[in-house]
Amino acid sequence: MRLPLVLLLVAWAAAAAAQDARRSGYADMGPALRAMQDDDAANPASLWVLEGSALWGARDGAAQRACADCHGAPETLQGVAGRYPAFDAKRASAVDLAGRIEECRTERQQAPPFGRETRPLLALEALVVRQSRGVPLAADPALAAVASVGETLWRQRIGQLDLSCAQCHDDRAGLRLGGTPIPQAHATAYPVYRLEWQGLGSLQRRLRNCMTGVRAAPYAYGSQEYLALEVYLARRSAGMPHEGPGVRP
Amino acid sequence: MSARGLVSAPARVKRGEVFEVKTLVAHPMETGFRPGFDGRLIPRDIVTRMAVSLDGAELFAMEMSPAIAANPYVAFPMTLEKGGVLTVEWRGDNGFVAEARIAIAVA
Amino acid sequence: MTARRQFLAGALALACVPSAARATPETVAEAVRQLVAGRQVRDGALTIDVPPLVENGNAVPLTVAAPAGLSVVALHVFTEKNPQPHVLHARFAAPTPAARVATRVKLADSQTVLALAELPDGTFLRARADVIVTLAACIEDPT
Repeated sequence: MRLPLVLLLVAWAAAAAAQDARRSGYADMGPALRAMQDDDAANPASLWVLEGSALWGARDGAAQRACADCHGAPETLQGVAGRYPAFDAKRASAVDLAGRIEECRTERQQAPPFGRETRPLLALEALVVRQSRGVPLAADPALAAVASVGETLWRQRIGQLDLSCAQCHDDRAGLRLGGTPIPQAHATAYPVYRLEWQGLGSLQRRLRNCMTGVRAAPYAYGSQEYLALEVYLARRSAGMPHEGPGVRP
Repeated sequence: MSARGLVSAPARVKRGEVFEVKTLVAHPMETGFRPGFDGRLIPRDIVTRMAVSLDGAELFAMEMSPAIAANPYVAFPMTLEKGGVLTVEWRGDNGFVAEARIAIAVA
Repeated sequence: MTARRQFLAGALALACVPSAARATPETVAEAVRQLVAGRQVRDGALTIDVPPLVENGNAVPLTVAAPAGLSVVALHVFTEKNPQPHVLHARFAAPTPAARVATRVKLADSQTVLALAELPDGTFLRARADVIVTLAACIEDPT
């Protein structure tokens, strides 16, 4: 019953996406890279999913508890990744999926956090994200205020090149920078295996990459600024199907 | 971490039927031609060979060079006369070894 | 060593790296000669499948396929402008009809990819493909 439901969601999300002008970076890639993302046996992010599966069942921390001890099989988290970043009532703030996994790790497992962009954290993220493939991205309505902070950052000119995110990814999307198409920057496939990185990286790493690109001092990983941008981007991409963990050039 | 290699193939095939085996292994494939931050070349660290065998008999092998991309992907066609456990073994610089297995039944 | 000497030595080393660390049509020819070892080579209907325009040279999908009607024992791939000519040497334990190997390769630049198929009688088929590699506009500053 689960598979037809997923297919329906994919079909619905694809149909919905066809009606608006929003375009995933997937659509800008050549057929070879699209095939690389679509085939789990060829998608290099599957290596992180594999590592995440091993971590999922491993007891760790002072609590000697595994992810599986609380959550059961990873499949029980179907659709969950599509709802992040979410409002965290306990902290009264936004939390992204990486932050949520770290919270589980420090509070439930009583283990030290992995740290942003570390291999085990990305591996668990990839495993959780894969359970949401085809699910439409949802923006948490409780985060409207954070989203507007994110939008302000999105439109703010930064760096020695004095460029905002919006100037490239809203105003000039579809044009080319050097030989490469400028994408609309929809956060539909994170964490992504970026050929440029030769590895898996988060949306925050991608944002950092853009910031150093315009010669701005990047924010710290896990900062409120990156979180606000993530929340804004989730709102901007709401309704588009989750493709993660994806492949990008 | 032992979870480094992945092999994908159909769980059952017909005798003599051509099917595809796809493999992935987590490895940086450092070429040995790249300078690091200090200007010195980062030493080569690559997978040098992957081999595929069925119950111990080698059926396919590939020698790799630094030109193979990070996290090497290799796919190739295969036919089987009898079922068994297909084992993929990767070996490389600095004593690198990884293995992945998949059982294939032949009807 | 004085600072000036060190600078000169460094500059010399830098100047030497690109020329030393790049294959040439001659080094490819030599690598092929060693592989072939005097056996017959014919230009043939091998398929080399690479995207016509590569989005990132770090991982270029590459498939080499022998014609369906032919059995092959090995497939070999070389490039001309990578630091060294060898890419891969794939060997099938038994002569294999419609043999193919798919992988992902690093290509330092737009260049020619050379593929050879080794037949059961020891002779070779050879084919070439030209690949255009574009450089990504936004590369990550690692600092």
